[in-house]
Amino acid sequence: MSVKDGKSIMAEPLLQIENLSLRREGRDILRGVNLTVQAGQIHVLLGLNGSGKSSLAYVVMGCESYTPDSGQILFDGRDLAGLSITERARMGITLAWQEPARFEGLPVGKYIGVGVREDQTNERERVMAALEAVALPPKVYGFRAADQTLSGGERKRVELAAVYAMRPRLAILDEPDSGIDVLSLGDIERLIRRLADEGSAVLLITHRDELVTMADVASLMCFGSILFTGDPAEARRYYAGRCRPHLESLGAQPWDAASPEVQAALASNGGPVSQLSGDAVKEPA
Amino acid sequence: MSASTVREHALGQRPGWANEMAAMLEAYREAGGNPDALQLPEVATLVVSANEILAAHEIPGVHFEAESLEHGVKANIAVEPGVKIERPVHLCFGVIPAEGLQEISAEYDIGAGAQVEFLAHCSFPNAVKVQHVMEACIRVGEGASLTYTEAHYHGPTGGVEVRPHAGVRVADGGRFITTFSLTRGRVGLMELDYVVSVGADALAELTTKVYGTGDDKITVREVVRLNGKGARGLTKTRVAVRDEAVSQVYTTAEGNAPGARGHMSCTEIVRDRAEARNTPLVIVRDDQAQVTHEAAIGTVNRKELESLLARGLDEDEAVDLIIRGMLR
Repeated sequence: MSVKDGKSIMAEPLLQIENLSLRREGRDILRGVNLTVQAGQIHVLLGLNGSGKSSLAYVVMGCESYTPDSGQILFDGRDLAGLSITERARMGITLAWQEPARFEGLPVGKYIGVGVREDQTNERERVMAALEAVALPPKVYGFRAADQTLSGGERKRVELAAVYAMRPRLAILDEPDSGIDVLSLGDIERLIRRLADEGSAVLLITHRDELVTMADVASLMCFGSILFTGDPAEARRYYAGRCRPHLESLGAQPWDAASPEVQAALASNGGPVSQLSGDAVKEPA
Repeated sequence: MSASTVREHALGQRPGWANEMAAMLEAYREAGGNPDALQLPEVATLVVSANEILAAHEIPGVHFEAESLEHGVKANIAVEPGVKIERPVHLCFGVIPAEGLQEISAEYDIGAGAQVEFLAHCSFPNAVKVQHVMEACIRVGEGASLTYTEAHYHGPTGGVEVRPHAGVRVADGGRFITTFSLTRGRVGLMELDYVVSVGADALAELTTKVYGTGDDKITVREVVRLNGKGARGLTKTRVAVRDEAVSQVYTTAEGNAPGARGHMSCTEIVRDRAEARNTPLVIVRDDQAQVTHEAAIGTVNRKELESLLARGLDEDEAVDLIIRGMLR
């Protein structure tokens, strides 16, 4: 058990991803990913656009066309292979999409209440609390349609409220702060903390290293591989000080994993290895 | 017909009136209406059961001329020029027995500059073999605004044939906004046919929402002619079909004048062995006009579906929720 900000974190693996690989349309999207999220932990997965973070989220959630080619995902010790999205959700896994869907005519309150299962407490109260948690006045938003009439930032908040209302065991939040104005970022960060404080493990996917400050543990993802897992501050230093400039100096797009330069960079890291030190990526020549 | 005469008529002195009225109020409720509103003195109301006029209550600015025919009713509904009717006018049409034919011939005259909203409910709760035919002629005067919302309830058997037909003329600067919905109970056979002519700087918006199940057959034909300079038109069709239901949507928009803008939007969700067809027709006769259309026919949006599955709904629950939202 570790302690962060006075909060005890049980060192129980809730989500264990082992040697996971995904290949789509002739490209390696995920390469031997290993990642563990402990119960009650905020685990930040940091990486540039196109590094495979969202794909990993879709694989864990069981989305269509995201069946891994190899590897294993265990949730609370149970292998998720072959389980549908619904079955995974009912085990307590959920996902807040980076680009939330638009639902013509479906009221915001109804959408948020979807994840409140019958055996849980009063749905209406839960929905109200969730809307308040993302700073959306329930009387204004509860009956509005969750469609294109909401701004991008409003839809993000609604999506996060739906996750919060569900009280999941594992909340995967894909870029939860994208589309949120600077003044409102605090609302989103408070919601993430609240999720964790109320018992949800959070896998927080982001390309913004500022969010790493919320993490109990951080992993760094690059070209479909986890390059680093460990201390959040070290992950942030590595990402901002070495990884990003290094990639930019290569002139390679993050998704261009097949290019010789990128392959060489990966080889120099020893391939997809967790717990690498920040020096594992060589400085550009 | 004066208001006082109508109210006496609405009280109904003939035997059996009360029972029929009670049945119609219940049917009205089943169709989604609020029966209490039909009894408010400040609300204009017309209630027709088969070919019987059970109530025709006028208010200042709204006038009904209604007469019984052998198989239905002929009605003239007029709104005086320049008036603004604060509360929606309530229309209730229905057939309570299991079998019957109801033919409604209606003329609507909305005077220049008038503003009015109609809530029409058509209910056939016990239908096993019922035909309902509506032939309407609607004139929206210059600068007038008419919002016409029509909801149907056809009961659980699918034994209804309904043919709402309307010819609409929207004068310059007028607004005609209509929503037709048949989303609860069975549809049976439905043939909706609207033709709308839109004048200069006028607006027409037609929304149709239908949910077909069993062996329901749905046909939607809508034609919007943007004849005046700066005329605007929108057709928005939302249909869901499952089981072995069949839907056919034919929408036409004509851009016939400079600055005319039209758009047709059609979404049809198909489940099981159902079938959906969509045929948009765009005609532009002026080089300053523009008409666009979009259509999505088939399964539900994958992202919407997975978003709901990720909250723990199963696929049937999620699809139903998406459809209900779309048809709301």
